[in-house]
Amino acid sequence: MFESLSEKLTGVFDRLRGRGSLSEGDVDAALREVRVALLEADVALPVVKDFVANIRSRAIGSDVLKSVTPGQMVVKIVHDALVEMLGAAESALNFNVAPPAVILLVGLQGSGKTTSAGKLARHLLQKEKKKVMLASLDVSRPAAREQLRLLGEQAGVAVLPEQDNETPEKIATRALQAAKLQSQDVLILDTAGRTSIDAALMAEAAAVAKLAKPQETLLVADALTGQDAVATATAFHEALPLTGIILTRADGDSRGGAALSMRHVTGCPLKFLGVGEKQDALEAFDAERMAGRILGMGDVVGLVEKASETIEAEEAERLASRMAKGQFDLSDFLAQLRQLKKMGGMGGLMGMLPGIGKMQKAIKAAGIDDSYFNRQEAIILSMNKKERRQVGLLNASRRRRIAAGSGTSVQDVNRLVKQYQDMAKMMKRLGKAGGGDPAAMAAMFGGGNAPADADVASGASNGEAMPNLGNMPDLSALKAMRGGGLPGLGGGLPSFNPKKKKR
Amino acid sequence: MSFFSRLKAGLGKTATRFSDNITSVVKKKKLDQEVLDALFDALVMADCGVEAAEKLIANFKNKRFHAEISDTEIRGGLAEGVAEILAPVAVPLEDNPAETPFVVLLVGVNGSGKTTTAAKLAEQWQSAGKKVMLVAADTFRAAAIEQLVIWGARTNCEVVHGAAGGDAAAIAYQGLEKAIADKADMVLIDTAGRLQARQELMDELAKIRRVLQKKNIGAPHATILVLDATVGQNAISQVKAFDAATPLTGLIVSKLDGTARGGIVVALAEQFGLPLHAVGVGETKEDLKAFDATDFGRALMGLD
Repeated sequence: MFESLSEKLTGVFDRLRGRGSLSEGDVDAALREVRVALLEADVALPVVKDFVANIRSRAIGSDVLKSVTPGQMVVKIVHDALVEMLGAAESALNFNVAPPAVILLVGLQGSGKTTSAGKLARHLLQKEKKKVMLASLDVSRPAAREQLRLLGEQAGVAVLPEQDNETPEKIATRALQAAKLQSQDVLILDTAGRTSIDAALMAEAAAVAKLAKPQETLLVADALTGQDAVATATAFHEALPLTGIILTRADGDSRGGAALSMRHVTGCPLKFLGVGEKQDALEAFDAERMAGRILGMGDVVGLVEKASETIEAEEAERLASRMAKGQFDLSDFLAQLRQLKKMGGMGGLMGMLPGIGKMQKAIKAAGIDDSYFNRQEAIILSMNKKERRQVGLLNASRRRRIAAGSGTSVQDVNRLVKQYQDMAKMMKRLGKAGGGDPAAMAAMFGGGNAPADADVASGASNGEAMPNLGNMPDLSALKAMRGGGLPGLGGGLPSFNPKKKKR
Repeated sequence: MSFFSRLKAGLGKTATRFSDNITSVVKKKKLDQEVLDALFDALVMADCGVEAAEKLIANFKNKRFHAEISDTEIRGGLAEGVAEILAPVAVPLEDNPAETPFVVLLVGVNGSGKTTTAAKLAEQWQSAGKKVMLVAADTFRAAAIEQLVIWGARTNCEVVHGAAGGDAAAIAYQGLEKAIADKADMVLIDTAGRLQARQELMDELAKIRRVLQKKNIGAPHATILVLDATVGQNAISQVKAFDAATPLTGLIVSKLDGTARGGIVVALAEQFGLPLHAVGVGETKEDLKAFDATDFGRALMGLD
């Protein structure tokens, strides 16, 4: 979501990096660009002003001017200020009461409250092993309660049955009783969307809060929100008050400055991000990671987490040992593809990788999306077992047969074979690189801060329609993680430095 | 209630703040850089975007710099500037009697207000004596079909729908087929919300369009992007991406009854010039108003 902002800031600081020293004029010039970038990223103006003033006073100081690489110094200052502004990691919800703990979700119409209620219920059930009940107080929007019932069913949690002609307060009371009777750990109350200037509806929300005494009152807000984020967050905070924020649609290409704005004006922590349409697309918010993402450093920790959650450890171990022995064949390649798809496909992975802002465009331009993985899968499935073990067998006539069988072209088959071969080569290299070598790690990411696009560009300039996956830093990074970075996996592949995780 | 009074009721709170901002620096009664900066800030805070705000200010400055000028004159001048940009796009949605049924495709990101807008459009045309058919092509979101079915009952319109999880393009096609058979005047197709970064979902929209064209080569006769008034600069990316998937003919801005000022329409008008057909200003089926550029400009600037 923050790619575009990170691109902007990266651009600004690329220019700074090129200089030997940094004058006040340089800082001001950079800060003007930071200001515009933040405004274009929908950070609210008062927040931008505070932020820029803060940065300026920190940046124009002797330590910066004496610094050997002033550009990097400014990047660090901006990063630290962002982390500060986004808030310390406090995404855990407060359940420190006699059950049921009540979570009240409020927000504007269409901000994603009901979907978030479903996701949150699923999250609490599966990750925190809580017994959860959902109840909808939305008596305004047609079929809103039906929607929550369906989502609750999908999540496998209890849903308060709907009754006709009840006020939200009455439903809340009934929900509390039911949750207590059924000894639910958590009761999630989904409310109707309301504009913050609708006094009657705001009073109703306050009344519900008063009787339900929620441990958490979460504002559900759209990552696409513009300057209004400040007005909305302030109004809800004043009426209720809020204890946290869920930012929805954070998987879009929005720059999501609303997150900064709302955190700044309410002081309430961002708890979760909604990152997709599926029920498991809810992530705990992490300021370090988010700030890193804003600055184009990527969200590698998020990727590792996602990987360790979705990839079966045994399967990963098997693949890792085959890699180490140089036995990695096309069946293994297929297994990897499938795990990639499970992790949310390209869309899910895109946002997490370093320097992805620039790369995303290149990848898009090259037409790599989830259907690309589907085609690759089809190609491998159209090979027989022997062919999957020995790529060398694939002569022209076999390739024609495979192309016909998978509904692709011979060129597609050729491309896949080349990718596989590049990947096998890359694995040999990694095997030799040895464990925990940061340089090898950095190399995989294409050299740290300004990665990726060069590789993609070279792939494209080879005359290939698609950059070759073997050269793409994202997938090689992923392989490294799978091979060496996941818990319980040994091997000589470079692994993540656990200290970096900051979790 | 007129468009203006609805809008003003909605914008009232922010307009007050907006004018407070300006008034505090305009006491000097002279248009200098400080005043211009405050005006710029105010426009940015209305989501007009940096570029559009800069342009508006530059135009204004050329006319009046260093002039003695009152607070009301400043706001009036800027309101005119905004109205000038928006006037060409304030075009109501009109059907073409030569095209019956007139097919309208509603697209947008999740939660932008497509279903409610579909219902409001249905109400408008139904009460104007047209026969309207609603098509529930959002087969993805839980209870989206039920929501449209309820709206169908409230607006006395037939709703064509399939099962949840079905193929959206197939439903759209069936809806058009049925509208032709039943001699409906209008078909409103409500699609699932999708973020424009999701290429496969954008492809699905293109497919819906292709499939409709198999039945009627001119369909859809209107493809409308529904934008949430709270949306910020991301609206620009939305217009680009949706237009690439299924060429847009116009915009409708929903939820303009909150604190959001919807200034992004100024930036959109400058950049794309797409007709802005209507604005949603409430939750009932009547709450869809034709867009009026002058009123919008004045409401934005906190003027009566």
